[in-house]
Amino acid sequence: MGDVFQVFLRDDFLTLLRQHIVLSVAAVVIAVAVAVPVALAVRNTRVGAIIAINIGNLGRAIPSLALLAIALPFLGFGFWPALVALTLTAIPPILINASTALRQVDRQVLDAARGMGLSEGQILGQVQLPIAAPVIFAGIRTSAVQVVANATLATFIGGGALGELIVLGFQSANLSVQIGGALAVAALAITTEVLFGSIERTFTPKGLQIAQKRRGK
Amino acid sequence: MRSLALQAQPLIDWAWISANLSDEIWPAVVGHIFLCSLSIGIALVISLPVGVLVARYRKAYAPVVFFTGFLFSIPSLAFFAILVAVPAIGIGFRAVIIALVAYSLLVLIRNVVTGIDSVPPETIDAARGMGLTPSQILFRVELPLALPVIVAGIRIAVVTVIGIATIGAYIDGGGIGELIFNGISRGFFTQVIVGAVLATALAVIADLLLLAMERYLRPWARAGRA
Repeated sequence: MGDVFQVFLRDDFLTLLRQHIVLSVAAVVIAVAVAVPVALAVRNTRVGAIIAINIGNLGRAIPSLALLAIALPFLGFGFWPALVALTLTAIPPILINASTALRQVDRQVLDAARGMGLSEGQILGQVQLPIAAPVIFAGIRTSAVQVVANATLATFIGGGALGELIVLGFQSANLSVQIGGALAVAALAITTEVLFGSIERTFTPKGLQIAQKRRGK
Repeated sequence: MRSLALQAQPLIDWAWISANLSDEIWPAVVGHIFLCSLSIGIALVISLPVGVLVARYRKAYAPVVFFTGFLFSIPSLAFFAILVAVPAIGIGFRAVIIALVAYSLLVLIRNVVTGIDSVPPETIDAARGMGLTPSQILFRVELPLALPVIVAGIRIAVVTVIGIATIGAYIDGGGIGELIFNGISRGFFTQVIVGAVLATALAVIADLLLLAMERYLRPWARAGRA
């Protein structure tokens, strides 16, 4: 079993790890840049929010391998097709959470803010966004964890990343490369989960943290 | 070689589809549905009793969620690669089923517990006052009232499992993923597109059917909206 850890010493390990991280970070950043403005745009219209949430739900149902595979005939092999497909898998969780969270800000809170004379821009920046922030961030977290997992599949359309080690292990019947690759991927996914879990707390405003404690959460 | 194959071909070769409908495409769909139903069935047999027990003995809830959450966060291709290396499991159907069951546990158990929690304490008091035994309360009051939330969990689990099962074809689990992987390795677009479209259609149809079922089981929500 000691051979398993030889995988981390391979010449191509750092390159594949870097590809995995670059693909994942780029996909999530683009997804945030697309999904959050859309959610902001529809925050005050019921129909718009319902459409955004339903598109998100529909997108969430599409299997990630199907998205990667369908990119191949249209965009070919390589990094860019993989990035496009991964970005599409990253959008739904953020879109759903951001649209839902911004809609769910209490009407009375908004009325109070309006009564205090805040402009729509101030209401968004000082009331709606801070209250919705934890849920929006939870969406980004779900998306990031999913994307790190899905980036493993990029290898099937020539996008590189750590999945390549697993495939290489299978193809050459090299069990230690196969398992070593799998462990590296699993470790990266769990690190992402833990990392985002700890950042999530900092996104919760103090007032909400106190309220959560009172409710015994 | 690859680029040669990718150049000259139509996006969709309808003749191939009609020639292979009955002996390749249809069996892949049936195999996929079988794979997913069997996994969800096994996962439910585990999750229902575990969920009911954990709802009662709260101390066990956090460790159960931690363990199933850990399983859930392992990327599927990595999970498959580790499972097939276990001599007793090996490559094929069995490894895929084990992984699909493992991925379903978190959502199913969590929703059984949330569902039971959502039953108002007054309702249980009333049932007790009517002289129902604890097991009668569980089967006639708590579980029926928890059903919509449990079905919501089944919906998420089914959609997840349909997606991950496509990747299972890489370790010879069969199903729709086989079309995708064969298509990619042959550089044959039609097969790739048929596989991707069928996997998506299956997931979306299952999602909508279970959503309809969830709504049907929540008559009070329908009445509230009307």
